[in-house]
Amino acid sequence: MTYSREHAALRADLRDFYEEYAVCLDEEDLERWPDFFVEDCRYRVTARENYDQKLPYGLILCLNKNMVKDRVLALRQTTMYEPRSLRHFISAIKVKRIDGDTIEAQANFMIVESQSDREPVVNMVGRYIDTLVRTADGFLLKDRDCVCDNYRVRTSLIIPV
Amino acid sequence: MTSPCNHEHDAPPAQAPIVFHRRWPEEGFTRIPNWIYTDEAIFQKEMDVFFAGKTWNYVGLECEIPEPGNFKRQWIGTRPVIMVRKENGEISVIENRCAHRGAQICWQNTGTVKDFTCPYHQWNYDLDGNLQGVPFKRGALGKGGMPRDFSNKENSLNKLRTVNRGGSIWATFAADAPDFEEYCGPEVLAEIDHMFPGKKLTLLGYSRQLIPSNWKMYLENLKDPYHATLLHTFYITFGLWRADSKSENIPTGGGKHSVMVSHNEGKKVTDATAEMGRFRSDLELLDKETVTPRAEFNRGRVGGAWIFPAAQMGIQANSLKTRHVIPRSPTEHELVFTYYGYEDDDEEMQRLRLKHANLLGPAGFVSMDDSEMLSQMQIGVTGYPDSTGIIEMGGRDTEPTDYMVTEVLIRAFYQYYREAMGL
Repeated sequence: MTYSREHAALRADLRDFYEEYAVCLDEEDLERWPDFFVEDCRYRVTARENYDQKLPYGLILCLNKNMVKDRVLALRQTTMYEPRSLRHFISAIKVKRIDGDTIEAQANFMIVESQSDREPVVNMVGRYIDTLVRTADGFLLKDRDCVCDNYRVRTSLIIPV
Repeated sequence: MTSPCNHEHDAPPAQAPIVFHRRWPEEGFTRIPNWIYTDEAIFQKEMDVFFAGKTWNYVGLECEIPEPGNFKRQWIGTRPVIMVRKENGEISVIENRCAHRGAQICWQNTGTVKDFTCPYHQWNYDLDGNLQGVPFKRGALGKGGMPRDFSNKENSLNKLRTVNRGGSIWATFAADAPDFEEYCGPEVLAEIDHMFPGKKLTLLGYSRQLIPSNWKMYLENLKDPYHATLLHTFYITFGLWRADSKSENIPTGGGKHSVMVSHNEGKKVTDATAEMGRFRSDLELLDKETVTPRAEFNRGRVGGAWIFPAAQMGIQANSLKTRHVIPRSPTEHELVFTYYGYEDDDEEMQRLRLKHANLLGPAGFVSMDDSEMLSQMQIGVTGYPDSTGIIEMGGRDTEPTDYMVTEVLIRAFYQYYREAMGL
């Protein structure tokens, strides 16, 4: 898409949205995480290896908002994991297509992980490939593919990307 | 006088030969000495005795390389190999190392090629690993080149013995390894045939994770139904794996393989749930399909077979997958899940396979607990290499069981391991 002033304003709005999303996950405010999605959403975390080959599998695959909420329930109630602090760094926001209130966009993410007795390490790096809808209350995610460049996940993927 | 190339001082300690004095605990296979999870010399011996020895190793699925020239890079232990579809449609597994100087000839995970050329000196191999061309073989300007008696044929890439069992591909480095069927034995072979009945397979995707623990810890975890009844709240609560399920734990192949299966019972309260500390009667999912399998296989069994040294063929709910362990160092292994379905799956079945894959892998509702635990276990054993683990749950024998609360498969494995490793 070619640059325009309107486009720049949209990108700035999207930046606010992406940063709000980052803060939600970094603060482990997981109960608020489903609020970023429409009911009929799709959320997937996958490695570039799968994405490039168009393979449907997802390390996390939610085919509706209930599955997004179930993820939170499982993390809160059932998962046994070593506590870690995550920091999301989101950059290079790009608007790819605008169709009425539907926007296709992408952004880079980097997630740095710190554990209680170890140095911080890059946990994951990749791209959000998104379809968003603009509503009266701001943007919501209709489809989010978190495509990581990582060949391998470091130990486990606990907090969603 | 000393020159930089002629040191007279002693080799630094790290280069001195490793002399191994440690002894297995007197109790035998009901104990595991912690040093087997940390020692470099043990690790190297395992690579030689097992992965390069008379074992059959999982390499991949036929559906990963459907067309001639399609390849997949893979590892057997620490050895890089390539699985490739030849012009005649057969599958070949060759060493991924140039016969000349040892560089990997294939650097990509997957792709399509006509032949393989080593980027270093451009020695060229066909899809079966035969050396086809050596640049400047006769030299240049009439000088140099390989000796006249250098034979391409004798310097080809090592081609592994390869077997295709229902679309699952296996290979061995050992010319004198037993046949695949004999190696597996009837119980394990039945499990493989159950999951690979000869129907065409569809590849759904991969998960890979690097777990900071010794590869045997993952093997033990898959031979340990006891932990699953305690650690995995998600399994227990939703009845995917419970201490009071009907189950089978069968050590086979002299203890190296095993079959460990259970029945998906669904969520229910019984007398035994009181013992399951993590059973959560209050817990319900909004999307019940995630924990509700559709009847597929006659026997309704979940779990699967561990095929020594490093593969498991398994079913959980409707998710079909292979697990492959790639040891990287004494204290690190890679764990790869390959998810697949059948070409004749309907839309609902493919959705269920993908949904149920949420149970497994690095972000799996169940598997997350395992990778987290194994890294904690490695820290514990590394700090105390002279201590031992206790493997007495369910007795001190190696007889098959029809109950969950047992470590029989781990005992049977270490009975085999000690003998094979001479420990």
